[in-house]
Amino acid sequence: MSTLEFTEAEEAFRLEAREWLAANNPGRLPSMDTAEGAAAHREWERTLASGRWSVVTWPETYGGRDASLTEWVIFEEEYYLAGAPTRISQNGISLLAPIIFGHGTEAQKERYLRDMTDGTLVWAQAWSEPEAGSDLASLRATATRVEGGWKLNGQKTWSSRAPFADRGFGLFRSDPSAERHRGLTYFLFDLHTDGVTVRPIDQLDGTPGFAEIFFDDVFVPDEDVLGGVGDGWKVAMSTAGNERGLSLRSPGRFCAAAERLLDLWATDPQSHLRDQVVDAWIGAEAYRLYTWGTVAHVEAGGSVGAEGSINKLWWSELDLSLHETALSLLGADAELSGPWADDYLFSLSGPVYAGTNQIQRNIVAERVLGLPRGGR
Amino acid sequence: MRFGRTPEQHAFSEALDDLLGAADVPAASRAWATGDHSAGLKLWQRLAELGVTGLLVSEENGGLSASAVDLTVAFERLGYHGVPGPWIESVAVAPRLLPGTPEGDLLARLASGEALVSVAPGKRALDADVAERTYALGATLCRAEPGAERTSVDPTRRLFEVTPGEEIATIDPAPALDLGTLACSAQLLGAGLRLLDDSVAYVKQRTQFGRPIGEFQAVKHLLADVRVALDFAAPLVHNAAVELDAGTPTAARAVSAAKVAAGDAAYLASRTALQVHGAIGYTREFDLSLWILKVRALVGAWGTPAEHRARILESLVEAR
Ligand SMILES: Cc1cc2nc3c(=O)[nH]c(=O)nc-3n(C[C@H](O)[C@H](O)[C@H](O)COP(=O)(O)OP(=O)(O)OC[C@H]3O[C@@H](n4cnc5c(N)ncnc54)[C@H](O)[C@@H]3O)c2cc1C
Repeated sequence: MSTLEFTEAEEAFRLEAREWLAANNPGRLPSMDTAEGAAAHREWERTLASGRWSVVTWPETYGGRDASLTEWVIFEEEYYLAGAPTRISQNGISLLAPIIFGHGTEAQKERYLRDMTDGTLVWAQAWSEPEAGSDLASLRATATRVEGGWKLNGQKTWSSRAPFADRGFGLFRSDPSAERHRGLTYFLFDLHTDGVTVRPIDQLDGTPGFAEIFFDDVFVPDEDVLGGVGDGWKVAMSTAGNERGLSLRSPGRFCAAAERLLDLWATDPQSHLRDQVVDAWIGAEAYRLYTWGTVAHVEAGGSVGAEGSINKLWWSELDLSLHETALSLLGADAELSGPWADDYLFSLSGPVYAGTNQIQRNIVAERVLGLPRGGR
Repeated sequence: MRFGRTPEQHAFSEALDDLLGAADVPAASRAWATGDHSAGLKLWQRLAELGVTGLLVSEENGGLSASAVDLTVAFERLGYHGVPGPWIESVAVAPRLLPGTPEGDLLARLASGEALVSVAPGKRALDADVAERTYALGATLCRAEPGAERTSVDPTRRLFEVTPGEEIATIDPAPALDLGTLACSAQLLGAGLRLLDDSVAYVKQRTQFGRPIGEFQAVKHLLADVRVALDFAAPLVHNAAVELDAGTPTAARAVSAAKVAAGDAAYLASRTALQVHGAIGYTREFDLSLWILKVRALVGAWGTPAEHRARILESLVEAR
């Protein structure tokens, strides 16, 4: 342990989380991208919520604990150390909820927040389209004004959790005459309503982890516009930072994986891979300390902007190299299905989703280092 | 939760930047490499006035009794500005080594910047020609006479072979070695930051194909990776200092992690700096070479990456 300074209350919070997790954690569940696994993960969200651990930083009125950012990271450290399951509610909790808190109406908060905390409503993020990946602002799916609301048409793709989710959120072009980034509106919609077709797509690991979503005159009432009409881009970008930065990849995840890697190495201490094992540990330790630096900065009133891209580059490359090292250690057994191979397959997607690493490097170069734009 | 530098440490860092930014450090380095120490020693005096030389010396001996974190603040800036001289030896190592030994008389003069010393953690001592005394550090602390000069890849590092002479004291060398390693890590981090800053400035003004080369993605992405590596080495260096100050059981491991990460990041910065500068980056004449060569030398100083990785692994295995 290093000597980060925590208050007594923070240490007490850590202990409470640790004890609760020890008593309730079901361990690794079947993949949440299968019908059986999705049900088990929803059940786990219900359990988490019953202990008020599903959204610790939220206000108590919405099922949270009003916890500080420090406490959130403490909770995440304990969560991963305990080896607790992945979170099927992640999209809702960390990508949608911050927008509802920041831009939503009181009615939207009432309608959606509580159901997000206990797995009742699982959300899918519908941003990407077949022709709009890295260049998200080129999206074409449309929203047309009708009596009392809007009609959505077009296609989204690569939408994680969509095969087993209940609702989606995404951007649609509501004003075709406006420039690329303008005239987009953020909508919430039901995945099981008329005109919506969800076509699951198997990922590299064979599970339907994401899906295409087709919209054929799908009616969405005005009350499901999030933020102002035409403000979709601005609203959406306020969550992109979350996705790349703290919210998606808390340090406990990598520290726990580095520990498991050490266990694996201990079965063959003569391995010539020792330096890679150490580097994985150093990388996870650096990520943990960097995160605490960010937390201290934010709690002192600072903000995280384009630095979120620095963070994303680090965790995605770290995750991949950590798992590649594990597979090297496993030797011929590396091809056998199991936790390392499964997690390795998932780590392959890190440099692609949440903005590819090439796009992140562009952001770091232009917005952090101040290099000139252009030259695409 | 608190993790990061204090306002005083930020102010100290800025004061060092003001002083060193106004001085012609590259000229002092180039002179130092030829054995002309005058400009470098003048710089030494001015840094002494800011308290750098007395950081780890106790207050009774005229020092500041400062923390290891303060030490990293200073060494990061020394590395950033490429200041030559036996700074690690005189400022980070000797003040931990000499108290309680017959050499304790030197401490006050070390603090005031009047005396420079060199300490050989292995076979060679840095800048023994300018040091008032040279020590060899093994299981015991010995005086040493500098012998033949050896040429470093970094010409500003003047190395001399040493053979241990008269034994001065039996000591545990570990705490002093850890401080030397920590200071070296901070220096590497500073040098890496400088290499990145100079590279960013260069690619904004150098044009090819009618555009600043910094517009090209191949160039941008190299520099973005350097920034990422340095940003993640920095908290390891800071944490190692915090752990040394607190005397945690894992402090030595934290120091090794800092050294490996800062060395890797600075080395990546140097390779990238050379690449984006093109041929001018490959010249001695251009000041960039001072940092490129220093980084290569420091990567292997105060413990090689392999030694530090082994130490980390040993500690992790022990802890389970
Ligand atoms: C596991 C996984 C889960 C996902 N989940 C979701 C989800 O829930 N919701 C959602 O909306 N999307 C999701 N995505 C999609 C993801 O956001 C996109 O894949 C990503 O934005 C890249 O878009 P693309 O796949 O169309 O690649 P493209 O944009 O076509 O890029 C292809 C290649 O070209 C490179 N490239 C493109 N433009 C540039 C440029 N300007 N400079 C340098 N290189 C460039 C890219 O870096 C990449 O290497 C998911 C993807 C994966 C892999």
